Parts: sequence; C-alpha cells; structure tokens
Amino acid sequence: MKENKYKNGNARLSDRQLKRRTVVSFCFFIALTCAALLALIRIFSEPASADNVQPTLRNVLQGNERLFSKFYSKRRESKPFKKADADTAVRVNGDVGMDGELDTTWRLKVARAPGDTLIITLDDLKKLPKTEVVFDFKCVEGWSQVTWWGGVRFSDFIQKYNLVSQAGMNYVGMITPDGTYYVGNDMPSMLQPQTLLCYEVNGQPLPQDQGYPLRLIIPVKYGIKHLKRIGIMYFSNVKPKDYWAEQGYDYYAGL
Amino acid sequence: MKRIVEKHPLAIRWMHWINFPVLAMMIWSGLLIYWANDIYRVGFGDTTLLKFFPQSFYDTLKIDHKLAGGMALHFFFMWFFFGNGIIYVLYTWISGEWRYLLPNRRSFTEAWLVLLHDLHLRKTAPPQDKYNAAQRIAYSSIIVMGFGSIATGLAIYKPVQFGWLCALCGGYEFARILHFALTIGYVLFFVVHIVQVILAGWNNFRAMVTGFEVIKHAPAAPQLPAPEPVPTEQKATNEGE
Repeated sequence: MKENKYKNGNARLSDRQLKRRTVVSFCFFIALTCAALLALIRIFSEPASADNVQPTLRNVLQGNERLFSKFYSKRRESKPFKKADADTAVRVNGDVGMDGELDTTWRLKVARAPGDTLIITLDDLKKLPKTEVVFDFKCVEGWSQVTWWGGVRFSDFIQKYNLVSQAGMNYVGMITPDGTYYVGNDMPSMLQPQTLLCYEVNGQPLPQDQGYPLRLIIPVKYGIKHLKRIGIMYFSNVKPKDYWAEQGYDYYAGL
Repeated sequence: MKRIVEKHPLAIRWMHWINFPVLAMMIWSGLLIYWANDIYRVGFGDTTLLKFFPQSFYDTLKIDHKLAGGMALHFFFMWFFFGNGIIYVLYTWISGEWRYLLPNRRSFTEAWLVLLHDLHLRKTAPPQDKYNAAQRIAYSSIIVMGFGSIATGLAIYKPVQFGWLCALCGGYEFARILHFALTIGYVLFFVVHIVQVILAGWNNFRAMVTGFEVIKHAPAAPQLPAPEPVPTEQKATNEGE
C-alpha cells in the first residue's frame, strides 16, 4: 500500500546530504522570493503614464479588451427586468460636464465627416420609434440599480439618419456641450439593441441631473460610459478620448 | 543516516509558493476595489456587529481612493491566479497526487478526531497518509473555493457576456457577495494554516521548500521476524501537519 511510504520513508540521507539539500533548496527559495519581490516592486514603482496607470497594467487591460472583444456578441443582452422592478429614486453619481444651465438652443451635433455636421433637435429624435430598456445599471464603483430608460435605439438612429457608412468605423465618440466630459465606445457595443440615445427615465423626460435632454444608455458598459447631456457625436477608427480612461480606468469597461 | 520521505513534488512546491504572493495581490487589489462601495456587514436589522471595514482599517492600510489602480491590478494578477490554479489542478489530477488530497469515505468522521486531537482533547489522531483527514478536507475545499472565486469573479467582470454564469451565481449582487465571502474564507484559511504550520514545526515547513521530510519515529523494521500477529491498527506517529 502507498500509505506505508509515508510511515517508512522512501530514501535515506546522510546528515551531510540532508544539510546540503536543505541549504541548496533554501538558497533557491530565497533567490526566487527576491525575484518575485523585485518583480512586484517593478510593477508598483513603474511611473504612471499620462493616463494615470502604469504602462504594464495598461497593456494588460488592453490585452483583456482584445480577448473579451472576441467573445463579445451583441446578441447577448443585459438581463431585462419588468418596469415594476425599476427603482424610482434613480441614483445620481456623476455631474462632470453638467456645470451650469443647458443652453436653450441645444441641438445634437453629429459629425458625419470633417466639415459635415448634422444638427438634430430633441423633437426630431422623439419622432423616431421609442425603445424602452429596464436593466441593472452597473457602476464601476460596485453598486448596481435596476432602472427604466426610454429613447431611440442607437442602431435605429443610424438607419434613420443614414449613418450606415459611419457605423462601419470602429468607435463612436461623445462629448458634453461644455467639452469637459467625453467617452468613446466601440461600435459593436453601440449597435447592441439595448443601447439608447435616451431622453426618458421612468417614463418621464430626463431630469437635469440625469443628463437632460439626451444621454447615452449602454447596458453592456459600466456607468462611466453612459455619457449625460450629449453635445457632439462623432465616429472614428481610433479610440476617441475618454475621460475615465484618462483617470486610469479600463477603456473598454465592457460587461 | 536519516530516513526521509519525498513529501511534496517540486511542481506542487512551486505552485504553492507562487500562489502566496498572487493571492495576496488579488486580496489587496480586491480591497482597493471594495472600498469604493463598502456595503457589507454582519448584523441584524439596524444592528451592525461587524462592518467590512472600519474606517481605521482603510486609514491604516491606505486603501482609499484607489479604485482605478485596484481594478488594473486585479485584472492583471487574475491571470496568474487562474493559470496557477488550473496548472495545479491538472498536475494533481495527472500525477495522481489527488489520491493524497481528496477526502475519502473516512475523512469526514476522522477530521473530527483530528480536530479534537489538535485541540488537545484527545490523545491520539487517526492514522494518516500524506495529509490527515482535516487537511484533505481543507486543501480540497480551498481548490473548490478557487473555482468559486474564478466563477463569481467572471460573473461580476462580464455579467452580460457570461449572463448564464451570473445567473448561476445567484445574480450580479449575490455573485459579488460570494466573491467577497470567499476572500474572507481565504484569510481565515491563511490564519489557521499559519498557526498549524508553526505548531507542526520545522520538519514540516522544510518539506514545503525542500520537498523531503525526515521520518522521526520509523516503525519497527519490517525484516524482523514477527512471531506475534501484528496489531491491526498502528498508532499514528503524527509525522507532521
């Protein structure tokens, strides 16, 4: 039986051999511990680049993004909820880009090409078919809340305004009217059927602090990507600048 | 001459020691993330017995306002935790080491006797192989917990793309609770593990570095003639934890 091996032992060593093996093993062990410590120190002491995260960690975040983008399917939806499950006290967590009153002449500006900007009013958008989404809104901080939103499905918007060729690009960038908050989202996530150009919450027009008159709802992303008070929308093959990615967060932020 | 036994294969020792800093980094970066929404507590109604975590804890360890860095670290070290764990399971399976590790039919009753023995409430411990019954249960549980951390972690990380997994973990919020609870489990395991290693002593600890353990009280040499029938149950010599 195998068990005897553990009672009888399976080898003999002289005291000298025993000491030698112990010392050699521990030398290796200490050397490897030091190597591991140096590797950790290197990661922690590496200066952060302009986007507030160490280049090594940013590379891994981007690697994760490439890997998980491959698995992404726009057919997978954020779990739908019933309107009755939606929280009526919708949490307000960010106000960047929303200082001051909104200009009454607000229009959505869609940059189709350099020097070719489409100007769209809120009423124009409301004429398009309305889509409602009730989902578990997830904040990068860790909380989540079931909320009910209404607006124009982004893919419908693309069709109606004949932006199909622009939608062949890799990213959509959005900027608040004052230019202080900006996000970039990859096109497959933007074209996911739950992604809305949103003008309603709980069946009512968006309040100011929820991004009146128009915000982005993109359930396959963390809340940091759901830009409030959209001013400018543009299309790009390179990553548009992103406020929270510049603060050290993952650019992709995909769920 | 000393009689020794080759206790821990080199691969197991490597993976054991790699796991230590990796898990430490996962727990550390996990704390940086948890801080941003630190809602868990133990209590009933409005009474909180234990808050995760008190402000002094954050202050002492300087955990506050590092969410972005915490996430970057967590999603870096997760690959090492995952890879090391997978290789460990494959190695244990293919090498046959699982025979020493998985609990068997007797383990669950014996583990109780081991516990009583370790608490000095019982003189003898049941005879054991490489690991005693309590160790078999503990070391197998920690692997199951590792799987749990990876499953709940992935459910939280990609709750839409892995919606089925998120549902399996009881939903997004519950998956987070499980992920957190498992981490508390690792910390408790670590505390008991360290205490046991200290109590077991140098011979046992050395084995995790060198691989071999010295057999202190070898049983009677088998080549001696045995005129009397051998007792069926040998007293365990408790060769180490």
